[in-house]
Amino acid sequence: MKIHIPSPLLSYTGGKREVEIQGAPPLTMKELLEALNKNYPGIGFRMIDEQERIRPHIKLFWKENLVRGLDTPLAGEGPVHIVCALSGG
Amino acid sequence: MSLLVGTRKGLFVLRSDSSRKKWKLDEPVFLGHIIHHAVQDPRSPKTILVAAKTGHLGPTVFRSVDAGKTWKEAEKPPAFPKVPEGSKARSVDHVFWLTPGHASEPELWYAGSSPQGLFRSTDGGKNWESVAGFNEHPKYSDWVGGDQDGTPDGPKMHSILVDPRNAAHLYVGMSGGGVFESTDAGKNWSPLNKGCEAIFIPSENPEYGHDPHCVRLHPLEPDILYQQNHCGIYRMDRKQGMWERIGKNMPKEVGDIGFPVVLHPRDPKTLWVFPMDGTDVWPRTSPGGRPAVFQSRDSGKKWTRQDKGLPKRAWHTVKRQAMCADNGSPVGVYFGATSGEVWGSVNEGASWTSLAAHLPHIYSVETAIF
Repeated sequence: MKIHIPSPLLSYTGGKREVEIQGAPPLTMKELLEALNKNYPGIGFRMIDEQERIRPHIKLFWKENLVRGLDTPLAGEGPVHIVCALSGG
Repeated sequence: MSLLVGTRKGLFVLRSDSSRKKWKLDEPVFLGHIIHHAVQDPRSPKTILVAAKTGHLGPTVFRSVDAGKTWKEAEKPPAFPKVPEGSKARSVDHVFWLTPGHASEPELWYAGSSPQGLFRSTDGGKNWESVAGFNEHPKYSDWVGGDQDGTPDGPKMHSILVDPRNAAHLYVGMSGGGVFESTDAGKNWSPLNKGCEAIFIPSENPEYGHDPHCVRLHPLEPDILYQQNHCGIYRMDRKQGMWERIGKNMPKEVGDIGFPVVLHPRDPKTLWVFPMDGTDVWPRTSPGGRPAVFQSRDSGKKWTRQDKGLPKRAWHTVKRQAMCADNGSPVGVYFGATSGEVWGSVNEGASWTSLAAHLPHIYSVETAIF
């Protein structure tokens, strides 16, 4: 399953803008992010807080669909886009 | 001697020669990250911890064990415990304050967060745990108030102090909330705000809810504490347990409102503050547009204006952990303003020199020896 990584998180993936999760496709967004964090330790907490909520300035897309909860079931091969808010200053 | 300058857009290191008169600015580290605090470990001087987040990403702590050449992220950054769904949940927005533990506990560190939380690491900052004695205290919600009781960036825990005589004796400050004390390594806590005003609280002599901006204890006389509070400058002899407003002795046209307070490393009667305008809508800039440090050498009975070398007209804001002193003789005093300027004095405030300019908004300035 392909995951597109935004630039603020590239330090975790060694600069790779697209990574793949191997093995059986994860069933939920939570499982996907856990697998991502296993491959790239620390990346998960920068997007998901300790109450397992998606952080305010992070958006997760499954194909073209905005994911609002980590229990969102994932069917098929994705891809997943992780997007950081455009705002700043 | 170096200065670790935490800014809204990265960590900057200023390095000086032995005279402390020639300073060189390194290229930024963690460019783009919001660095609230960067602190050298006095027990292990090559170790530095940095509290960081970015505008979009969650909070973390970075650690170097080679004086800043390389960095590793904490494996488990400070975080509140997960609570069952439906319960009141907290998450750390940013790590705000870092304090190395007692000399007898070389790997121990404390962190204060926004919203208010106390965290501890026993492995040099790699893994952090929530200090349940505070964060899950039955009165926690009363003590910390709501979001409206904090700063525009969120309410903060700061000024984590460790008594050098006793590793189990701790103080913390909270904006808002007040000063709190533990004598059993954080298992139990009590408010310590008697004598401190809180004009924004309708009741007289409230037990908590105050707004200390910065609290310090003297390393050689740890029963002597000072605080710069939203409502003035105070001093406490812990044996008496009462805050005394020493800021009433400041010139009336300047007032005694400010963010930081800095203590002389060897003289418990000498301290420095950086007053700010707390009138009307609270500009929080230099009173009258005339920046100055004020020094007292007698525990706050008399204050001396120190502005030689500072601009005649400027509207500086110096945040609570953006002013510090070194251990030199004479003592060097340093501050960083939100305008991105770093100023230093090598003669205990008698005169000031610009050390760096055009930096981003400065949140913290701490000395480091390397």
